[in-house]
Amino acid sequence: MKTTDTPPALREEGGVPGQRVAKTDGGGTPEAKRGEGHVLNVFSHGVLVIWAVLVILPLFWAVMSAFKSDKAIFNSPWALPDSLSFDAWGRAWNQAHMSEYFLNTVLVVGGSLVGTLVLGSMAAYVLARFDFPGNRFIYFLFVGGMSFPVMLALVPLFYVMDNMGLLNTIHGLILVYIAYSLPFTVFFLTSFFRTLPTSVAEAALIDGASHTRTFFQVMLPMAKPGLISVGIFNFLGQWNQYMLPTVLNTDPDKRVLAQGLVELSTSQGYKGDYSGLFAGLVIAMLPVLAAYIVFQRQVVAGLTAGALK
Amino acid sequence: MQHGKYRFIVGFLIAPMALYVIFVVWPFIQSIYYSFTDWTGLSPDFEMVGFDNYTKMFKDDIFWKSLEHSVLLAVLLPLVTLGLALFFAFMLNVGGRRRKDAVISGVRGSGFYKIAYFFPQVLSIAIVAILFQFAFDPAQGMINGSLKAFGFDHDLPNWLGDPKLALWCIMAVLVWCTTGFFVVLFSAGMASIPKDFYEAALLDGATRFTTFFRITLPLLWDTVQSGWVYMGILALGAEGFAVVNIMSVGPGGPDYSTTVLPLYVYQAAFRDGQAGYATTIGVALLLVTLAFAAVVMKLGRRERLEY
Repeated sequence: MKTTDTPPALREEGGVPGQRVAKTDGGGTPEAKRGEGHVLNVFSHGVLVIWAVLVILPLFWAVMSAFKSDKAIFNSPWALPDSLSFDAWGRAWNQAHMSEYFLNTVLVVGGSLVGTLVLGSMAAYVLARFDFPGNRFIYFLFVGGMSFPVMLALVPLFYVMDNMGLLNTIHGLILVYIAYSLPFTVFFLTSFFRTLPTSVAEAALIDGASHTRTFFQVMLPMAKPGLISVGIFNFLGQWNQYMLPTVLNTDPDKRVLAQGLVELSTSQGYKGDYSGLFAGLVIAMLPVLAAYIVFQRQVVAGLTAGALK
Repeated sequence: MQHGKYRFIVGFLIAPMALYVIFVVWPFIQSIYYSFTDWTGLSPDFEMVGFDNYTKMFKDDIFWKSLEHSVLLAVLLPLVTLGLALFFAFMLNVGGRRRKDAVISGVRGSGFYKIAYFFPQVLSIAIVAILFQFAFDPAQGMINGSLKAFGFDHDLPNWLGDPKLALWCIMAVLVWCTTGFFVVLFSAGMASIPKDFYEAALLDGATRFTTFFRITLPLLWDTVQSGWVYMGILALGAEGFAVVNIMSVGPGGPDYSTTVLPLYVYQAAFRDGQAGYATTIGVALLLVTLAFAAVVMKLGRRERLEY
């Protein structure tokens, strides 16, 4: 057994790793280990496959249902659609106002994302790089916001927005999205700016650049990887936001995608048009799924670097 | 120079601070103040009522039910999600042993699994909730449809309509959409554990169980702990609210079997016109969240392992 296993390894990788493998296989009782490994492999592979199926099937079901007639959705949930009918897609896009919700979402998320990155990096830069009284206090004020339940603040916030005339407006929603994205953004970017070398910024200052110019022309370009990570994190968070618009944005014309879909799935007028609803769901899912498949690495890195540091 | 520095600091901080204080900090402070008033939210008049709202809350059955459900979510959900994620991540990174020449490696196809498992994480929680609301539909949904296809015809469960099952269905959905994130997160953590540790253990004849409990888990403990807090806060807050508000009958039903604290705050404030009382429940939610984070941090404290 050893003679068939190890030589190719030695040839391919050369010396050390191959020998180590040979040692582990040789030490102990190879037969017993192989047995344990085999049973475990079958078991663990089984579980892994089951979970993959559990994750993919519901999404697959949704996409398939969007092409079917309502009757076919109920009678044969797993049959492939007879023909590709795009009727439901047209209904969802036009009659069910998905196009408007889509546009609203793009406006809100576009505005908030730019605002979050600009304001977040400005605050983070100052907090990371300058020593001034109150620095720690402001930092913890921002970071503390991460652990508080948003729902508590939403009740008074509703009336604050009402008094300022910001309720049910796109710009009002943008301002609130930015404010609630700041805690994490500031937290993440502060630690990021601390890791950047100081010498470049100092050189720029000695050459006569102002602090503002140093920030925009030297530090911000250097912080690009951090901005991308935190940008992806905020993009997904803001695109998928549900609680804030539900409370603060009750005007039917200003709905964002998530809201519009929920409304569709519960309102009487559309009860019964299941294929239309599924088409709406898929329309809302596709952009992020496509983006995820294309930018898979960046998304994963952005989200995981984001969550815990 | 010094003068310019402070002008710069103030100039850069003023806009983010203003937004943050107006829309986040100030409402938080206000909500604690409002919790001592009888404010309805409908009219501008209200009076201080002392601790009336708090005594009312302690006698409120619905509050206790939602508290129970929220605590259940915060404790059970991370347990299941993180447990599953740890198992998957271990299999995907360390589980497939003696393949190729690497000392440790994932099982075959681990790259694909990591991509697939992460899918639900990028979807909006609202979309996920709508999708599963249909999947759970007793007459026409995917789940009972599949059961029928396997030959189960009688007494199919009325998933979200059954008070005994509804909360479990909702938990299953939350597990479904968060597990993949932690798989990827733990994978990143496992990748940073030095290979020599595994090598040494393997030389000593360690099985996969020993490897996991003696090497992987202890070295990953910090990540697991912060994952627990993160997941608990999600379950107590926005995600828990979204799933219950969209999926459950009522919402919060049937028979208050799925009401959670954030949903109850929302309903009291914007449906029942009891803004003052709603903020009282919100304060309770805040305390539960802080207590949860403190308990997890305290219980989970271990000596930090350096490597």
